[in-house]
Amino acid sequence: MRHVAKLMVASAFSALLATTAHTTVAFAQTPKDTVVMAKQIDDIITLDPAEAFEFSGVEVVTNVYDKLMGVDLAKNNELVPEIAQSWSVTPDNLTYTFKLRPGVKFHSGNPLTAADVVYSFQRAVTLNKSPGFILAQFGFTKDNVLEKVKATDDGTLVITVSKPFAPTFFLNCLTSGVASIVDTKLVKANEKDGDWGNGWLKLNSAGSGAYKVRAYRPNEQYALDANESWYKGAPKSKRIVVRHVAEPASQRLLLEKGDIDIARNLSKDQLAAVKTNKDVEIVQGDKGYILYLGLNQKNPNFAKPEVREALKYLVDYASIERNIVEGTYKAHESFLPKGFLGAIDDKPYKYDPAKAKELLAKAGLPNGFTVTMDVRSVNPITDIAQAIQSSWAQAGIKLELIPGDGKQTLTKYRARTHDIYIGQWGPDYLDPHTNAETFAINENNGEDAKSKTLAWRNAWDIPDMTKITQANVLETDASKRAAVYGDLQREHQKVSPFVIMFQQVEVSADRKGVKGWVIGPSSDTNFYAPITKN
Amino acid sequence: MTSVAQTPVRRRSWGDTAKAWAKIASRELSTVAITIFGLLLITFFIARVIPIDPVLAVVGDNARPETYEAARVELGLDKPLWKQFAVYTGKVFTGDLGRSVLTSNTVVDDIKRVFPATLELATLGTLIGCLLGIPLGVLAAVYQGRWPDQIARVIGLFGYSIPVFWLGLMGLLLFYAKLGWVGGPGRAGVAFQDLITPITGILVIDAAIEGDWEAFRDAWSHLILPSAVLGILSVAYISRMTRSFMITELQQQYVIAARVKGLSEFRVVWRHAMHNAFVPLVTVIAVSYMHLLEGSVLTETIFAWPGLGRYLTHSLLNADMNAVLGGTLVIGAVFIGVNLLSDILGRLVDPRTR
Repeated sequence: MRHVAKLMVASAFSALLATTAHTTVAFAQTPKDTVVMAKQIDDIITLDPAEAFEFSGVEVVTNVYDKLMGVDLAKNNELVPEIAQSWSVTPDNLTYTFKLRPGVKFHSGNPLTAADVVYSFQRAVTLNKSPGFILAQFGFTKDNVLEKVKATDDGTLVITVSKPFAPTFFLNCLTSGVASIVDTKLVKANEKDGDWGNGWLKLNSAGSGAYKVRAYRPNEQYALDANESWYKGAPKSKRIVVRHVAEPASQRLLLEKGDIDIARNLSKDQLAAVKTNKDVEIVQGDKGYILYLGLNQKNPNFAKPEVREALKYLVDYASIERNIVEGTYKAHESFLPKGFLGAIDDKPYKYDPAKAKELLAKAGLPNGFTVTMDVRSVNPITDIAQAIQSSWAQAGIKLELIPGDGKQTLTKYRARTHDIYIGQWGPDYLDPHTNAETFAINENNGEDAKSKTLAWRNAWDIPDMTKITQANVLETDASKRAAVYGDLQREHQKVSPFVIMFQQVEVSADRKGVKGWVIGPSSDTNFYAPITKN
Repeated sequence: MTSVAQTPVRRRSWGDTAKAWAKIASRELSTVAITIFGLLLITFFIARVIPIDPVLAVVGDNARPETYEAARVELGLDKPLWKQFAVYTGKVFTGDLGRSVLTSNTVVDDIKRVFPATLELATLGTLIGCLLGIPLGVLAAVYQGRWPDQIARVIGLFGYSIPVFWLGLMGLLLFYAKLGWVGGPGRAGVAFQDLITPITGILVIDAAIEGDWEAFRDAWSHLILPSAVLGILSVAYISRMTRSFMITELQQQYVIAARVKGLSEFRVVWRHAMHNAFVPLVTVIAVSYMHLLEGSVLTETIFAWPGLGRYLTHSLLNADMNAVLGGTLVIGAVFIGVNLLSDILGRLVDPRTR
């Protein structure tokens, strides 16, 4: 025992020495050919393009797979052919013919042919996972897809849609991740119990895109290796490593230390701090995410149009933007985000408590009322909700905030048991119909509704607006289509139970020397291939 | 008076000892089985009553109703609750903890990956806690009421009351960002990521086994700060408990006897008093170790440490039930395991049980 005691004292000292006097470790900066990002990637549940529908998962898919069509970020998201070299549509807008680019190869070396596109679409439609409807809405089912999507030879693909949809609508949908082309042979080789290779593709890749998945460990990191023989030319950096760093403060430290090249999730305070660091540059991009309040029409107060309008006058848009979300959100009051066809920039509402009180009096509520809001406990949502709480108090409205986790508040929202929901909506694909559908279509306001859009979730019964919105998806003239969306949004601003407040701006902080990193309007357009560093 | 310090010990035969141990083992094992079943039952039902829709984690918010319904059926949520529980329990007994919907891996694989990371942190944290906490507690007891005691009290108070996320961030700011003594968040630098083939899953040990000393240094530099942060919590607890055990022992008659016999103070404290204080201390250390083994969510978040605590929290908030149940079972098993170990250790160091 004596020895034990002596040993313990001795080790205590050496432990002390080890912790405090641990001399400077020579840390490698990030390797030259490798771009290292810190990002919150715990939203990924799959890397399978037929299933991925979360921000981070879709971002991986778009860098690993190729699609028939793409968008040109430099030209206001104009449609461009990618694996399709050219396309044509019959005058009745029902049949599309795509000529494929010859000589494209998958990472495995297998050639990419029209048969692979057919298999990929069949797979996505049959699996019918979360993003499956993006293709299925054109009338493809697992039983008819092989008749509707046909390869007439290795380089020609003929697709028949069910209705004369606006060609922009169909083609925009082909730019989303679910329309990615997978390597048929490789996927089939990894199929298990008729799962279409879904189990394997959740963690691996079978694409032809700029990068291939080298290793992916959920909630930890993914590493991508460059595809040197990519049809657009080899990517600028040989490897991309994205590490899951949940805490923004930790992301900032890693960036300032040079252990990462790009930090993706810095908050307003950290951005202000790194701006003074001369080794760091800020890159911004408008994202399609809309931050809004949903007012449940089951609450009799919200069923009154004056109350809905009053609440739109009771949000201090300018002060929230300046004090809470500066640089990460900007004021936006219509349901189509900037950058989408037909988006308008009208901002009819400003903070005006006097006007709001007048409207409340007209609604028979001169002394306000009491109401609850379900708030996801993350920033900046909590801060914004608190700001709204204090400005509503000016008009006598007592707002009670119910904090909760994201999935918890969402569960309540989907069951229509909320009063007010504060949250974000991200477009599913790069076409205005995605937001128009959810904000302005409610086919059946009953509990048995098949389609549960945001309008349904707020029990907003709008048969007329539903018809107009549904008809507009068949409008072939792009400028007419845009004009109708403009009118719809203006009407929506006036009457809807949605207080649309902000559009997200995605910000990334980069080490100086990182070039070519452009943030697109959706996760589908965050491309890694042009990134270089010196 | 001389017989006070030493109790006569009756030597048992090997057969007796073996029998005694077998009895203990069978008693412990049945407790273990009941505990695990209870744990399973409670966790399962708690997980089912939380107001989070587990299907959301699989299909997301934007999915169509058909897709949503298909996923619900696939998860077995259309079946009655008791049936879901029966199916789950049946699988657990064959070692199948199911598949995590968030990571797409089997829960067993996930735990194999995240648990060593936590084990590594917790073990080093507890080691630091013992090596600093025990001497500190002994000093405080010996110099009760004087300045070493005050210093020990301040350190204890510090460890108890400083929020761990603050301590972690400050530690990173000072030792990583300013001084550059340690590595940043994460288990290894990018250059060393995936270089070492996992054998034990504990990075420093695997690197040492492979003889890759650069990777070892890198892993060590990432490990030391988070474990020191956890270590401080453990120092606070262990030092306070050591102090109180030692104060009790130092007031005992056998200590007076030893002093009267003219033994040196060092011998009195470390040989006699410490020997007896060590028995309850083993339990204290075990409790502290178990606490760290549950995974420290905040520390793991700040240090981007892919451990059990973060895995469990993330799974719970997404209602990923298989992962939550699997993780809880592992923690339960570890709890029981460490308890058992401390019991055995206690018996080994306690001369009365020989």
